[in-house]
Amino acid sequence: MNKFAVPLFATLAAVGIAVSVYLVFFVAPLEYSYNEAGTFNGSSLFFNQKIFYFHVGHAFWLFGAVFVSGLSSIGFLSTRDPRWDDVASASTDVAVAFGAVVLLTGSIWGKAAWDVWWQWEPRLTMSLLLWLVLVGYVLVRKFAGPSADRIAAGMAIFGMVGVPFIYKMVGQSSHPAAGSQGVVATLPPGERGSFWISVASFLCWYLALVISRVQSTRAERELRELRERGLDLGVLQ
Amino acid sequence: MGLLRHAARVAWKDLRIELRSREIVYTMVFFGALLVVIYSFAFPNDARAIRGSVPGMLWVSLAFTGTIGLGRAFDRERENDTMRALLLAPVPRLAVFLGKALATTALVLTVAVVCTPLLALFLQAPLFAHPVPLILVVVLGAVGIAVIGSVFAATLLKVRSRDVLLPVILYPLLVPLFVAGTSCTAALVAEIPNFDAAWYWIQFLGIYDAAFLVLSIWVFESLVIE
Repeated sequence: MNKFAVPLFATLAAVGIAVSVYLVFFVAPLEYSYNEAGTFNGSSLFFNQKIFYFHVGHAFWLFGAVFVSGLSSIGFLSTRDPRWDDVASASTDVAVAFGAVVLLTGSIWGKAAWDVWWQWEPRLTMSLLLWLVLVGYVLVRKFAGPSADRIAAGMAIFGMVGVPFIYKMVGQSSHPAAGSQGVVATLPPGERGSFWISVASFLCWYLALVISRVQSTRAERELRELRERGLDLGVLQ
Repeated sequence: MGLLRHAARVAWKDLRIELRSREIVYTMVFFGALLVVIYSFAFPNDARAIRGSVPGMLWVSLAFTGTIGLGRAFDRERENDTMRALLLAPVPRLAVFLGKALATTALVLTVAVVCTPLLALFLQAPLFAHPVPLILVVVLGAVGIAVIGSVFAATLLKVRSRDVLLPVILYPLLVPLFVAGTSCTAALVAEIPNFDAAWYWIQFLGIYDAAFLVLSIWVFESLVIE
């Protein structure tokens, strides 16, 4: 990873987010829906639907980050190379922030679409459960002392393996599930372009954050090692 | 089958210590019984409400007592640093893990054996209407809690805030298990029992346990060795 990665992705993200804001608010059509009789449907989302582009853009990379952390934790446990661990921890830190965005925008969506702030809708439930695993990971990293890296790596791997079970569970669960199936899946063609551009710009944003986090952890470690060497040699007090 | 014999020996060692002191069993069971008493005051006490809430009570009791038992069972290995001795013993580390998980399963099941009849007794809950699937799902749940719990309780041995961190790690990972367990129990105690749903959740738990058992076997050694 050279020093151009962060500025590159940050610039791409800035341009991409600006472009997708333009597309979302000026190009993408408002959300109308009509019922079978051809009259206007009272439950249309209109302007509120716009939050969808930001919600799903973050949700994509929340799920992506779970796998990035899980796979790099496998790398860390099998090689004991701290560079893998840096990636896992950076990706989780960023994913916690992304998950917070997903849950907040999700509940705003819920208020507009279903008139409740929280609905046990399958995808929202799944995001919440994954987010809890990630928050647990961050807490372990912070409070588990010297062996935090191993324990957190184990948690990331277990969390990744748990994903298919959570996925299967929320689909079948006896919890109240909303009749909102397919809100995300069936996109009209006019919204598709803006949607993928917003997803791509949030990917760049995610990458910029993760890479800069990895670089700062790495610099921290190098500094610590240099300091220890200096102390050993008697150069530093 | 040397591995299983070694595992059984490690489990028997734990259980024998426990049989002599009875510390964990007595405290866990008493705690479980206290939970049942608290539930009977905390939740509305009419038959319909009980039917809806008793599955949750059962699985919350298992979750709470399970974490307490796990923490205490591994604390014993820490007090005289015997975990290191166990890991140095000339048996596969896998056997140590399996033995620990087996002993923990036994402890969680002991609590279940006491709590389930107590719930049925105090709350007049129809828990034993269909005993065979209920026993199956509780056993599978206990295995899952013990397997995942043993991995993380063992890695947390030397961490100062382990008592707080164990549930922080375990509960998010165990959510599918608890949901499967409560849904299955709910399907069994419903006025018209839904055996298809119960069977679906039992299968779900079986696959869940198998997946995490394989994963734990694979990860345990690299997690406990410094």
